[in-house]
Amino acid sequence: MSVTAPLLVVDDLRVSFGSGPVVDGVSFALAAGECVAIVGESGSGKSVTSRALLGLTGGAVSSRRLTLGDTDLAGLGERAWRRVRGARVGLVLQDALVSLDPLRPIGREIDDALRLHTRLTPRQRRERALEALVEVGMPDPEARLGSRSGELSGGLRQRALIAAALAVRPELVVADEPTTALDAEVQRVVVDRLRALRDGGTAVLMISHDLGVVRRLADRVVVMRAGEVVEAGPTTEVLDAPEHEYTRMLVAALPAGAPRGARLSPPTVPSSSNREPDHEPGHVAVHGPVRGSWRARAAAARADDVRLVLSARGLRRVFPARGAVPDRVAVDDVSLELRAGETLGLVGASGSGKTTTARLLLGLDAPDAGTVQLLGEPWAPLHERDRRARRPLLGAIYQDPASSFDPRLPVGRLLADALTGGDRTRVGSDALRRDVLALLGRVGLAADLADRGTASLSGGQRQRVAIARALAARPRVIVCDEPVSALDVSVQAQVLDLLDDLQREEGLAYLLISHDLDVVGHMADRVAVMQHGRVVEQGRTAEVFAAPRHEHTRALLAARP
Amino acid sequence: MSVASSTRPPRDRLRSWQPRSRLRVPEVVAAVALALVVVAAVAPGLLAPADPLAVSPTDAFTAPSLAHPLGTDESGRGIWTRIVHGAGASLAIGAAATVIGTGLGVVLGIAAGFGGGRLPGRVADVTVLRLLEVMFALPGLLLALVVIAFTGPGALPATVAVGLATAPGYARIVRSQVVRVRRSAMVEAAVVLGRRPATVLRRHVLPNALAPVVVLATLGLGQAVVWASSLSYLGLGAPPPAPEWGAMLSAGRLYVTTAWWMTVFPGLAVVLTAASATVLGRGLARRGGGAS
Amino acid sequence: MTLPVPTEPGRDAAAGRASSTAPPTTDDASSPSPVTPERRRRGRAAAAARWLAGRVVGGVVVLWAVATLVFFAIRLVPGDPAEAILGGPGSQASAEALALVREQYGLGDPLLLQYLAQLGRLVTGDLGTSYSLRTDVGALLLDQLPGTVVLAACALAVAWLIALGTAWWATLGGRVAAAVSSGLEVVAAAVPHFWLGSVLVLVLSTQLGLLPPVSTGTPIGLVLPVVTLAVPVAGFLGQVTRDSLLDAASSPFALSARARGESTSGLFGRHLLRHAALPGLALSGWAFGSLLSGAVVVESVFARPGLGRTLLGAVTLRDIPLVTGVALVSALSYVVVVALGDLAERLVDPRVRAS
Repeated sequence: MSVTAPLLVVDDLRVSFGSGPVVDGVSFALAAGECVAIVGESGSGKSVTSRALLGLTGGAVSSRRLTLGDTDLAGLGERAWRRVRGARVGLVLQDALVSLDPLRPIGREIDDALRLHTRLTPRQRRERALEALVEVGMPDPEARLGSRSGELSGGLRQRALIAAALAVRPELVVADEPTTALDAEVQRVVVDRLRALRDGGTAVLMISHDLGVVRRLADRVVVMRAGEVVEAGPTTEVLDAPEHEYTRMLVAALPAGAPRGARLSPPTVPSSSNREPDHEPGHVAVHGPVRGSWRARAAAARADDVRLVLSARGLRRVFPARGAVPDRVAVDDVSLELRAGETLGLVGASGSGKTTTARLLLGLDAPDAGTVQLLGEPWAPLHERDRRARRPLLGAIYQDPASSFDPRLPVGRLLADALTGGDRTRVGSDALRRDVLALLGRVGLAADLADRGTASLSGGQRQRVAIARALAARPRVIVCDEPVSALDVSVQAQVLDLLDDLQREEGLAYLLISHDLDVVGHMADRVAVMQHGRVVEQGRTAEVFAAPRHEHTRALLAARP
Repeated sequence: MSVASSTRPPRDRLRSWQPRSRLRVPEVVAAVALALVVVAAVAPGLLAPADPLAVSPTDAFTAPSLAHPLGTDESGRGIWTRIVHGAGASLAIGAAATVIGTGLGVVLGIAAGFGGGRLPGRVADVTVLRLLEVMFALPGLLLALVVIAFTGPGALPATVAVGLATAPGYARIVRSQVVRVRRSAMVEAAVVLGRRPATVLRRHVLPNALAPVVVLATLGLGQAVVWASSLSYLGLGAPPPAPEWGAMLSAGRLYVTTAWWMTVFPGLAVVLTAASATVLGRGLARRGGGAS
Repeated sequence: MTLPVPTEPGRDAAAGRASSTAPPTTDDASSPSPVTPERRRRGRAAAAARWLAGRVVGGVVVLWAVATLVFFAIRLVPGDPAEAILGGPGSQASAEALALVREQYGLGDPLLLQYLAQLGRLVTGDLGTSYSLRTDVGALLLDQLPGTVVLAACALAVAWLIALGTAWWATLGGRVAAAVSSGLEVVAAAVPHFWLGSVLVLVLSTQLGLLPPVSTGTPIGLVLPVVTLAVPVAGFLGQVTRDSLLDAASSPFALSARARGESTSGLFGRHLLRHAALPGLALSGWAFGSLLSGAVVVESVFARPGLGRTLLGAVTLRDIPLVTGVALVSALSYVVVVALGDLAERLVDPRVRAS
């Protein structure tokens, strides 16, 4: 937070690609030792803005002023840009697995920048590369120089990525979605690195849709929407007291800190005025019952039906050795209980066994040991033919609904299939069509979506269709595996609210798997924490989050932005 | 899992033209060309009323002219006429071979794709895979030639031989499609909904796995025509005096220096047919009929 | 030539390459201990030995299968197997020749004994005698093999050069270049060898007199046949390479590289080339097969001695021992080439090892 002259000045930046401007008059400034975050959802133009600072947009760029220190970036030719890129402006992308060349050792990637911008000898470059790795906290850098990004674990990979981008110590670092899709612990690594950079005098421009990370790291915030800046200012001011309605909606949509049952999204959404696809033309108002009665109803549901709907005891699943890879214990002595009307959250880092556990509960995989009971009856391990009739009791929704749809079927057929349960006699009847439309309405989708193919839907619409399909069979339990991770914040809020409403109305039980502790904190009554295939802690969400007992839980909570 | 759309960089110099799903000029041209070939095959008289077998020694070896737009061959028969009348043979052999190849390939591919898991399936998968490997070890024309060594030359053996030679290619693709679809989230979702395996197979797996077959067959048609005419060129296909394209080229070999039109034009017909089929096939694939 | 071909049978579909699913370990504390150079070497040696063993076994199985198929084919063809071996029903073989064949192949013995005897002969390298050429098949093939191998190897190299070159040009040259190269590739893949060869001879030899029309045994005489053989394969390789080049060029790591200041040529050479070549390497088996089968026609067009012409003659005369010999040699070389291609792929992309 320096008061010195700004390092980077962007004034009235415009970028267009032939079908209209994607960035339409964006202005901001950035000083050395300062971190500014550009926040927005997909389609806001934030990424394109960041690319303009590297001359890599590929579109028509114009501005009133675009300067970095003494250099005017606006008129640079390709050769001059190459001198700026990497040396004065560095780019850190999202996922090191694909942002570093998977076929080359990381040492080479780091060496590239040095080779291009310095006159060091190969030996000196190697020294410098080692230094860069040490700076980012890479253990045993000598041995890692020859590793490829895929051979390193998540945290180490991200460190390597940062080292490669910063080897020549640029003045400005652009971090594009640096924490998205990463585990909490790995996110923490990245955030710490960026903070260290900022404190060391580098200017950091962060592009993110994750307001939590922004709050932790950024000094100032610029909120973008549809190519324009709608609000800007110091972080705490913008996030705690937003002025513009869009910013207010974004902040309200965050599940962090929102109590169980509180609405995250505005109660009505205009049907088609917005040009951004993720604000879903065709969405229809969803009204929920009065908030105050939620607790009473839930309590009543519990009293009626205190019976367990789903219970697992001592589940164990080991994946046998293949070639050089030894046996992998994915799930080890896991016991869980789920009651009607309640949400059990399942959290843990990737590889902790959450998804495998879900598959065991759904009966998609057979446990090597342990049992699962559904409504008091044995469920797993069991022959499929003995339990197929009860499958309607269990539903599932996934992170990527598109892959679970038959690409040849339009939405209406998809839902009709789920409703008829394979029974051919109802096909084509008016009653069926009415049921399909009713189902669409319950998840807040307009009737005209019934004839559309699933590929033409937005992410939020697809997830709603997936929910509708799960609901069709009138289940008692729905397993939700990362249901909102791939969605924009505002859409995520709508889907979470929908799930909440449905739970209230139907008395559904949810198993909610998520790596996002804020979502779990908002949605789950009880939570189970997994690590290396074991449940290390279980209990009421509020208690576990306030006073975690296991160190892994503590680590996960601490890693939250 | 990603907010991928916002992190994917727009392309600049390293970009290439991504065609949209409208009708593009090459596809229209290809469709017209292929239609012409089909007309020539079915009703050659419409395009070339003369008799392709009528010998007329006085007209032998005339260069392209008004009377004979593509010249004449060593027996005075018009090249254009023979090309048009030969379309039937070439296309018929190519199409029949493609049908044989696709049929066999689909059966083998499905058998292999459903392998794995329980023992009978495993055996089927491994057997078919080994069989495919062997067939690949005798690639394309070689396999066709080996078959003809046993059956003797002729149009029918050539058809069967080319069909067998194209089958492994289809089988491999069908197998990988079947495997992919069987493991897909779509099938799992159907299981969770409580569908019986037979239903899942019938309504989801087979239609999706076999969706690309039509596209593949279109692409393969061109290849089959090329191979069929190659066999004729080598003297192992349709016997003379049938006006098959490959055979015409074979006859023209001797006179390449003096009557180039006997070589160039029939070959052009093959190239045109094969290229048109390929372009159409790729156009179909782009519109969503292809393998992923 | 125009058929898109996925990975070799026995290897999983191409879905598995660059996925974003992380390896099981996540935090640094539980990451695998650093892979020291020593451990890496030992691990690689063991893996290499396993791979080689797998290949050898696979190759033997293929050869055995080919031999078995031919064995049964001879006996399934209607008529007298002895006659089939001597050139089919129309060969008018003499009675003595027939008797000789019957004795040599033990055609009176039980089937199993014949089969084992045949396998035994093959294992010792005895491929029989060619009745049309009156020479030992093994010796004949050994003599003819180098010519074809040289032709195919040169053609493969030329095809790769053309494919990479056009992919490179198409990716950088904008719309026009992309459209033109796409068209060229389609046409190239659709061109039959016999026509291309004849046209090249026509234009370059007859009209312009630049190159000799038939093989003269000199390197210059190699040019036309190699180019003729290479073009269709280049067409297909070009399509595949261009697709993967495009994918690689728009991937995040390419963006990272450019953001470091890498020039376009540097990007291509250091990063994209490897990625673009991968699917082509995976297709090397198919490419070789295509070249082999094309060699039959090309050798015929240019009157070049080699396996192709030998096979053609054998097929025309229905000389079964010779056909069998060529089939076995072809199968063997296919297995070797696939193994080499697999090796090259593993060297370029270590991720393949895991699958």
